[in-house]
Amino acid sequence: MNWLVEIVLYLLLLTTALLALSVRDLLAGAAAATAFTFTMALLFISMGAIDVGFTEAVVGAGIVGVYFFAAIYQTSRGTRD
Amino acid sequence: MTHKSVSIIILVASRALARVIQLFGIYVIIHGHYSPGGGFQGGALLAAGVILMRMAYGREASQSEVSTGAAIPLASIGALLFAGTGLITLAFGGHYMDYGAVPVPGIEEPIVRYYGILLVEFGIGLAVMTVLVAIFDDMLSVPPEERVEGGAPDESSDPVPVERRNPMTR
Repeated sequence: MNWLVEIVLYLLLLTTALLALSVRDLLAGAAAATAFTFTMALLFISMGAIDVGFTEAVVGAGIVGVYFFAAIYQTSRGTRD
Repeated sequence: MTHKSVSIIILVASRALARVIQLFGIYVIIHGHYSPGGGFQGGALLAAGVILMRMAYGREASQSEVSTGAAIPLASIGALLFAGTGLITLAFGGHYMDYGAVPVPGIEEPIVRYYGILLVEFGIGLAVMTVLVAIFDDMLSVPPEERVEGGAPDESSDPVPVERRNPMTR
């Protein structure tokens, strides 16, 4: 049963990573990166590293995502390349 | 982000949620001995609560949580609390952060270690919370409508008002 959850988490990890790299909208990219971080935290917890997963969830999904949004707020939302 | 939100849903929900996040942060700091977590995680949770109020209510309305000018001095106090607790144990002849070396009359040695670790966790939590809030304040120190496109303002150009736009729209 545990391996089934882990396979779902790995698929979600791959999906959010590819989405964060390929999307043109920077705000959507930052949200996808935050979702990637939270999935990574769930994977850490499923491997038994509770402390690492907790730190990853708090810092990655809570603080760094907000910093990404603040940086986008100060610049522009679309890419120009 | 820099001004008060116009949505009543965001205002009420963030006001309710920020207190729960901060209460959980205090729980994580105090229970750092026994359970996962500690000063860093609890401080980051406290900072997340403050930043949520900053984002919903704007900077001026949320100064009573952690004011912008007091962030860096509070971080210095937290770092001093962290390092100073370790240095006090050196003064009593122990190793760095060997809390059991401090002779407190009437208290057993394990209890002294308990309170020493708790003091260090409080110092880490205070430093991490205020530094994260200070980084957020510095990133949003210039509101987008006062920003001049294309770098520094030019003195010779005529004072055309900067086009007001919402940066979260394309």
